[in-house]
Amino acid sequence: MTSMTKVLSDSGVITWRNVVNVRRNPEWLLGATVFPIMFVLLFAYVFGGAIGGPGGGGLAYREFLIAGIFAQTVAFNSSYTVIGFANDLQKGIIDRFRSLPMSRFAVIVGRTTADQVLSVVVLVVLSVCGLAIGWRIRGSVVDAVLGYLMILLFAFALSWVGAYIGLITPSVEVANSAGLIWMFPLTFISSAFVPQESLPGVLRTIADWNPFTAAVNATRDLFGNVSPPGWPEPSGWPAENAALYAIISSIAIIAIFAPLATARYRRVASK
Amino acid sequence: MSDTDKGVAVRARGLVKNYGMTRALDGVDLEIPTGQVLGLLGPNGAGKTTTVRILTTLLRPDSGEAEVAGHDVLTDPDGVRRSIGLSGQYAAVDENLTGFENLYLVARLYGQRKAQARRRSRELLARFRLDEAADRPAKGYSGGMRRRLDLAGALVGSPSVVVLDEPTTGLDPRGRIEMWEVIEQLVATGATVLLTTQYLEEADRLADSVVVIDRGKVIAEGTPDELKNQSGGERLELVVGSAEELPLAMRVLGEIGSGEPTVDGRARRVDVLVDTGTKALVEALRRLDAQNVVVQDAGLHRPTLDDVFLSLTGRGTGEEVPS
Repeated sequence: MTSMTKVLSDSGVITWRNVVNVRRNPEWLLGATVFPIMFVLLFAYVFGGAIGGPGGGGLAYREFLIAGIFAQTVAFNSSYTVIGFANDLQKGIIDRFRSLPMSRFAVIVGRTTADQVLSVVVLVVLSVCGLAIGWRIRGSVVDAVLGYLMILLFAFALSWVGAYIGLITPSVEVANSAGLIWMFPLTFISSAFVPQESLPGVLRTIADWNPFTAAVNATRDLFGNVSPPGWPEPSGWPAENAALYAIISSIAIIAIFAPLATARYRRVASK
Repeated sequence: MSDTDKGVAVRARGLVKNYGMTRALDGVDLEIPTGQVLGLLGPNGAGKTTTVRILTTLLRPDSGEAEVAGHDVLTDPDGVRRSIGLSGQYAAVDENLTGFENLYLVARLYGQRKAQARRRSRELLARFRLDEAADRPAKGYSGGMRRRLDLAGALVGSPSVVVLDEPTTGLDPRGRIEMWEVIEQLVATGATVLLTTQYLEEADRLADSVVVIDRGKVIAEGTPDELKNQSGGERLELVVGSAEELPLAMRVLGEIGSGEPTVDGRARRVDVLVDTGTKALVEALRRLDAQNVVVQDAGLHRPTLDDVFLSLTGRGTGEEVPS
């Protein structure tokens, strides 16, 4: 086999292994879906009235919210990548892989790809949940598909960050929190739940340039969902070129973290 | 195994590895002739696993060189990986996969085609008596079954060199004996095996030669028999029928043995170090019989490898190395 086909074949085999793992652990899917559904309900009905304001509460806010929840959920799924690697390290499975004549890159790409299976399942469940509370796709089918792909691309990029974190954490216990902790600033200092224009000072600048904001805004556009009436429209280059910026930053994240994670994998010691 | 030169499957010279300020390996040399089993023996923290990790390309040495199946671990790690099978200290089994899926995964990663991978996996499952549990997730396997599955994984690629890092640590006695039988079968197929162990009994049973390491250094090497002889050879032990016969027995043993006999009056037992083994035993019995001494019990006691370790390092194998 040439080296390129070996990389592809190895990646396929590792992806298969990780997908079987998800399939044999339906409780992971349960955890990955129940949590975001609770978020939808919490934001839609508990915070929604206050955030949406007198002019824009209720339905309009719920429609604004869904793209944010989608993006946040798949972003949080990168913690499964972190824990997956930490587990494989602890159980000696990474040692086994490293002693085999296989592609180093395949071990990581097989994991980051398989973890998107989880994201796809969760997005289906969340879409049904969104439809139930009044969210609708207002644009074309093509745009809607592109919207989902945008979210998945961003999730895939974050999964590479997760791979790197998983390979540098010293234990599964640390991986549990290390995988989640950076998710809170990343997903909340953004346009996922509130208009980014409403944030004060430096937080607004961060939110404007946060790739997560771009992914949310681009998806919202592609779904044809608009801000509640009376809300300021996001402005500035990242907001006006949300899709482009989201794609560029996703590729940049992969370009940085794929070599980092692969280099780390080559040297990683078992625990 | 045509890629080995001059019949040496594994050769390491001057391996040094530091972890921070700790010197884990301090110039380890090893050589395993093709088709032989080398037992790498030492207590916890002696450097066994570090040596294994270097030889299996998981770790780069700070200095020194090593060749496995004719491939240099530093310049041709993929060549090494194609020729070896590693079964680690902790069974590297994916417990969500079935036994079959675990082996199929490894077979595919060795580059086998689907049909071949399937055939090879089933074959190994049968050989390791895992065929009944083959299609159940490994989660439900016993410790011994997991180890066997892990060892099967190491053999999927029909490697010329098999590395077993503490294959029986943590197994119950039954699991240990089962594992030994499996390893003996493996040896019978002509594979070269590097086996690390803290159990001297295990090295004695499985290894053609033994390298004892302690604190990152090789402190002794040879066949298990040579090592035992090094630590004082065999003891001849006799129990006589009555206390009056003890002085006579002592005199005879003093003539035959290579040292001063010691006596235990209460047990009417005399023993002495001997160089000539069974010959000395026969000679002692013949002379005592000629003098009508009643010998109730007689035997040759070889030192265990535990005695060897104690005489080499001044401490037992169970004691931790102070760090």
